[in-house]
Amino acid sequence: MIPVLRPKVELLRPELVDKIVGEAFGVLEREGVFVENADARALFHGAGMAVEEATHRVRIGRRLIEESLAAAPASFSLWDRTGTREFTIGGDEVHFDPGSTAPRLFDSETGRERKGLTADVVKIARLTDACEHIHFQSTALIASDVPPIVGDSYRLFLGLLYSAKPIVTGTFRVAGFAPMLDMLAAVRGGREELRRKPLAIFDACPSPPLKWSDLTAQSLIDAARAGVPSELISMSLTGATAPVTLAGALVQHTAENLSGLVICQLARRGAPVVFGGSPASFDMRKGTTPMGAVETMMIDMAYAQIGKALKLPTHAYMGLSDAKLLDAQSGFETGIGAVLAALAGINVVSGPGMLDFESTLSPEKLLIDDDICAMAYRLLAGVAQRDEPIAEALFAGIGPETQFLTLPHTRTWYRAEHIRSALADRDTYDAWDAAGRTSIGDRAAERVKTLLATVPPNLPDAALRRELRGIMEADGRRNGLERLPDLP
Amino acid sequence: MDDLNALYGRMAEAIVSGDAEAAAALARRALAEKLDLPAAIERGFIAGIRRVGELWENGEYFLPELITSAACMKEAMAVLKPALEASAVAGLSRGRIVVGTIEGDIHDIGKNLVASMLAAYGFDVVDLGADVKPDRFIDAAVEARADLIGLSALLTTTMLGQRRVIERLRERGLRDRFKVMVGGAPVSRAWAAEIGADGYGENALAAVALAGELVARGRRPS
Repeated sequence: MIPVLRPKVELLRPELVDKIVGEAFGVLEREGVFVENADARALFHGAGMAVEEATHRVRIGRRLIEESLAAAPASFSLWDRTGTREFTIGGDEVHFDPGSTAPRLFDSETGRERKGLTADVVKIARLTDACEHIHFQSTALIASDVPPIVGDSYRLFLGLLYSAKPIVTGTFRVAGFAPMLDMLAAVRGGREELRRKPLAIFDACPSPPLKWSDLTAQSLIDAARAGVPSELISMSLTGATAPVTLAGALVQHTAENLSGLVICQLARRGAPVVFGGSPASFDMRKGTTPMGAVETMMIDMAYAQIGKALKLPTHAYMGLSDAKLLDAQSGFETGIGAVLAALAGINVVSGPGMLDFESTLSPEKLLIDDDICAMAYRLLAGVAQRDEPIAEALFAGIGPETQFLTLPHTRTWYRAEHIRSALADRDTYDAWDAAGRTSIGDRAAERVKTLLATVPPNLPDAALRRELRGIMEADGRRNGLERLPDLP
Repeated sequence: MDDLNALYGRMAEAIVSGDAEAAAALARRALAEKLDLPAAIERGFIAGIRRVGELWENGEYFLPELITSAACMKEAMAVLKPALEASAVAGLSRGRIVVGTIEGDIHDIGKNLVASMLAAYGFDVVDLGADVKPDRFIDAAVEARADLIGLSALLTTTMLGQRRVIERLRERGLRDRFKVMVGGAPVSRAWAAEIGADGYGENALAAVALAGELVARGRRPS
């Protein structure tokens, strides 16, 4: 049998990858980065780097970057809440997770967006848990019914309660890391167990151009020391906070991510780090950051190729839309993004469910996007030779009456070769008309209701639930939240 | 008079084409030739920035042109400012505004856009930079005797700080003294209304128009 070709797309010639990385090294050596976190600056100082305390500027030598690249793992595993299901983050593995940290939810009942509440965060975690093709959950929605200061730990708390999937998350405050780490360790039964079987990835965003805030650098250090993987989310805006050319933005993106990588490796050699990002083709008219622009996706695919060349796991925000509701734009931007991300072999793809520049989460879109992810995975599975000969024998004795529906060959292969869409409209006109002339949004809304009514919450055992609640309550009390909102 | 009109035309053109050196040179020439400065500003430089606004409205100019022209305007005004102050030409400022990006947020591109457009349109701008604590906005506004406070936030997490500034203004009994406008990628008209801000501008030019309205409203005897 001829092996299957895994379809793959690359945008950069190898010599362009080398040139971009070379210029990024030059920027870090000559101009450096601004590091607002004193611990991180001390780490650089300890490694013999030139640190200007007054300006927070740190210049990073080539040797240190190369050593950090050599120390960082090319892949690592995430494990689900039960510790039994393993997901490899590396190679050309592709895992989708919902976009992150939306302040608003699109409420299909009213057709309007509104602030997220505890019940909505729970709903999103439950739906994500039920989405077959979305492998990870993320802390996708902010609950507005708790004080913003505990927003980071609270959404992790709800995610760990209502879904068993590994989780992509992050801190809103330096003090948020400790309770979040406690929750993750509680799930595993200890810090060492968590280190062996990571359950979460922490996102940390440098501020373009070339700056690490106190919070984000601290998150990198804390995560590295705890053995929690960090995702470097460089977010250059072309022509605004980064060079306007795609290749120019890639130089900055690479420099920012490399500086983050060095911080992680200085905190702990061998710390798992994902070469990620959330860049955008800055809209020179509206001043906005379109995630659905083709140039944004091109930057994503290109930096992922650079990340792979540097032998690092990769991430991107793709498979999401800037549309404000479920319309043609939300579908085409998400579809193009998810498929391109898959073809680029990006390991962690954050996007499903998200509208309005990562600001509004739609439960219905999450389910539609699960269908899109299914198509992307089918595409990656490629065209296989299933039989020897492939089909020649099926034509033996062919006549005018020949059909294939009743062939054993059909019955053997149709399920493996062709996926079914849960929500796309493939009805005849008459069947569609008779079923109420629904849109995909209407059908997704029905499916949201069905799933929530029929699939029981995927809760951990009572002892772990109590332990997680105890950690959350203590963090709440430290921050003026006397009583947690009731859970649905 | 023709010569003077031609000179005004060149001032406007320097702004429209984004030529900062020419704008500053023309401003120096206005000083050397002892021109009527308010007239030169109004019929020269301001005419230019108005034309830039039109080109923007027509969809011919985009943010790079808009911001470059605003920076040229700033250069020219910086040259003229000492003379304007010495001659006590009053009434040129359209209002004083304290702007900054909310605490915890070190993204300041949006705020910089608004600050430079406000300055280009004749507002006195006190720019506090990024990562600004709520009370610092208020202290600076009191100190500068500002008409307006402009609060920018790029992150959904820091946008909550805009509410905090308004709460602090109330707690300090200063809410009526300053108009407050908010902006930034995650900010919406509904958010502005919810936190009790006086207005929201969806882009830099809208912010300029809003600032003008709010200052006029604040100065009108009620």
